[in-house]
Amino acid sequence: MPFGNTHNNFKLNYKVEDEFPDLSKHNNHMAKILTKELYGKIRDRQTPSGYTLDDVIQTGVDNPGHPFIMTVGCVAGDEESYEVFKELLDPVISDRHGGYKPSDKHKTDLNFENLKGGDDLDPNYVLSSRVRTGRSIKGFTLPPHNSRGERRAIEKLSVEALTSLDGEFKGKYYPLKSMTDAEQEQLISDHFLFDKPVSPLLTCAGMARDWPDGRGIMHNDNKTFLVWVNEEDHLRVISMQPGGNMREVFKRFCVGLQKIEEIFKKHNHGFMWNEHLGYILTCPSNLGTGLRGGVHVKLPKLSTHAKFDEILTRLRLQKRGTGGVDTASVGGVFDISNADRLGSSEVAQVQLVVDGVKLMVEMEKKLEKGEAIDSMIPAQK
Amino acid sequence: KRSSITRRVSLTERLHLLLQCEYHSGTAGDVGLEIILWSFLSVGPRSPQSADYPDLRKHNNCMASSLTPAIYAKLCDKATPNGYTLDLAIQTGVDNPGHPFIKTVGMVAGDEESYEVFSDLLDPIIKERHNGYDPSTMKHPTDLDASKIHSGNFDPRYVLSSRVRTGRSIRGLSLPPACTRAERREVERVVVDALAGLHGDLDGKYYSLTQMTDGEQQQLIDDHFLFDKPVSPLLTCAGMARDWPDARGIWHNNEKTFLVWVNEEDHTRVISMEKGGNMKRVFERFCKGLLEVERLIQERGWEFMWNERLGYVLTCPSNLGTGLRAGVHVKLPLLSKDPRLSKILDNLRLQKRGTGGVDTAAVGGVFDISNLDRLGLSEVQLVQTVVDGVNYLIECEKRLEKGQDIKVPPPPLKQFK
Repeated sequence: MPFGNTHNNFKLNYKVEDEFPDLSKHNNHMAKILTKELYGKIRDRQTPSGYTLDDVIQTGVDNPGHPFIMTVGCVAGDEESYEVFKELLDPVISDRHGGYKPSDKHKTDLNFENLKGGDDLDPNYVLSSRVRTGRSIKGFTLPPHNSRGERRAIEKLSVEALTSLDGEFKGKYYPLKSMTDAEQEQLISDHFLFDKPVSPLLTCAGMARDWPDGRGIMHNDNKTFLVWVNEEDHLRVISMQPGGNMREVFKRFCVGLQKIEEIFKKHNHGFMWNEHLGYILTCPSNLGTGLRGGVHVKLPKLSTHAKFDEILTRLRLQKRGTGGVDTASVGGVFDISNADRLGSSEVAQVQLVVDGVKLMVEMEKKLEKGEAIDSMIPAQK
Repeated sequence: KRSSITRRVSLTERLHLLLQCEYHSGTAGDVGLEIILWSFLSVGPRSPQSADYPDLRKHNNCMASSLTPAIYAKLCDKATPNGYTLDLAIQTGVDNPGHPFIKTVGMVAGDEESYEVFSDLLDPIIKERHNGYDPSTMKHPTDLDASKIHSGNFDPRYVLSSRVRTGRSIRGLSLPPACTRAERREVERVVVDALAGLHGDLDGKYYSLTQMTDGEQQQLIDDHFLFDKPVSPLLTCAGMARDWPDARGIWHNNEKTFLVWVNEEDHTRVISMEKGGNMKRVFERFCKGLLEVERLIQERGWEFMWNERLGYVLTCPSNLGTGLRAGVHVKLPLLSKDPRLSKILDNLRLQKRGTGGVDTAAVGGVFDISNLDRLGLSEVQLVQTVVDGVNYLIECEKRLEKGQDIKVPPPPLKQFK
């Protein structure tokens, strides 16, 4: 929470063991890394905007764990958090992103032409395709920490940038606090409207403060390109369409992002990025590409196969229900997306989705015919 | 032991203290010190004040009614000595616009000093919420002498249970919206230590939320004693559920008639209760327990937050003064259908709730009836008001049973103006 700057110093009057959180029942990345010694070592620090260690970890203290997924348990309040609290965040990043080292460099590749194939996923199985990422705007603090004034400035800049787009990106911005009932209904039936976060993972990190001030949704007239403003990140950018043409979705994604970035750069507020962590986002799990590329795909037979989870792991993919994270699948339809974010490029991650889904659809077809799929099971990618 | 801080620490003084602190501890290298100094000097919002002024146009709470842009500009870069700011204090009111019918307060205190530092906003809120009580000019009476209560034993055919609750804060430690883990643990230590000194009919035991066994938990649930992690956004948006369940717990006496909640919405919530209608005895135990706990903490160098303009200082401005809610569960099936009930309750200075507490509906004509007021009247006065009022309501019910008519009592004299 954004306490006044003297608050952290006041805490230093108390001994480390008195302030150190009780993490004995916790199971998240932060709790695994944060020892009392480490806490004592870095608790006196603040980022230039006043974000402290306790701010970083509050969500992980308040949310001991999730039954299905290992949560991160910490967030960044600004770009500098990743530097000032590196003794905590580097090991968390390493655990979360497959051993990524502080010396590693992350490759960014938003050149859609480098994607091979992806335009021929069978629409009888692949119901829809979607790619999303997040972007943070340099010079502002992040959603856990930003003030109302900053959030409004981010919205203003974003609206300017987004409403200046043309061609297939031409669209309209709907601020949450002033949309009409009719607009709201339409956005809900399009499955575009995002709600005030209810997940305690987000609310305990302060991301729902002042809702719905400064929040809104932009989408293009075709309803294939969508931007959320000031939800869990400054911007969440989504490209989507029914069917299996992931190639087209990814092209629109890359082109749209690059156009938006140019406009922000002109205002001296480019995106937060560095060559070690790639795109800087609120949650350490979204560093790197911040990209989740996925499909809704019908796999009723494959999903009940004993090796389904093994296959996903080897393909570097993950499954979710069609309501998104924390939901169960309905009617054998799964949300299948890339598991990685940091250490490989956008093109590489979408390639894994394209190739992996293509393979799984072929497996499904084989199973429909009563044939075995053992020979098709891939090696670890 | 922490001494109470009664004056605002100046900016330069804080800087001096900070530098001393860093020198002695030797924890900060040059770069670290620079970062700390830089961030220290950038006290205040990171954008112009008007850009940070909340949008309260759809809001209906006391904070929204009183927070003008001018007051916001005046207070937005102030902080209490512990670093609690205006934005923190009003966050709950910004995040919870309110109900069209129920006007919430919309603001909390992070520490005792909040009521001073943010008095330009809190005083008008207190005035609105507490019927015109003006903290800048008036004094609040405290009276915990239960012997003064008369006619406080109700007809048990109507009154099913009687209960009195209040809160107490430990001076020198921040309140639940702002307290650090160390402070919260210190509150727990101080209170549990004192409660261990209670004897006789107050002899009891403490159950820490982090360490209670499944058996203990089930028993506390069956007794309706166990409190849960707050889910109301009024509380969570104010930061009161942080670090749950660390340093939270429940103490009760063996007879299960005196109960203390530790570190829920206030440092302590103290509850005296019994089945049946002996409100006088409930209040006697209440006063005895409170005064005894106070004596025990004073022995150890602590005291409750109290001052003569605000009475007992609690997290929510609505609970200032006595922090007292004295009430009964009472069966009034005939009266519950009478359209004059609301007016009768208003004039008696009483409120009704369902038997599940605030925000619940009455079941089977059984109501929770309690005092409306908290500040400007003493504990004895408020409990007597409840006693007189409940006796009146029972009289009404009896008359209606006999087919006789009832009268709406005259309104009380205007309290404060």
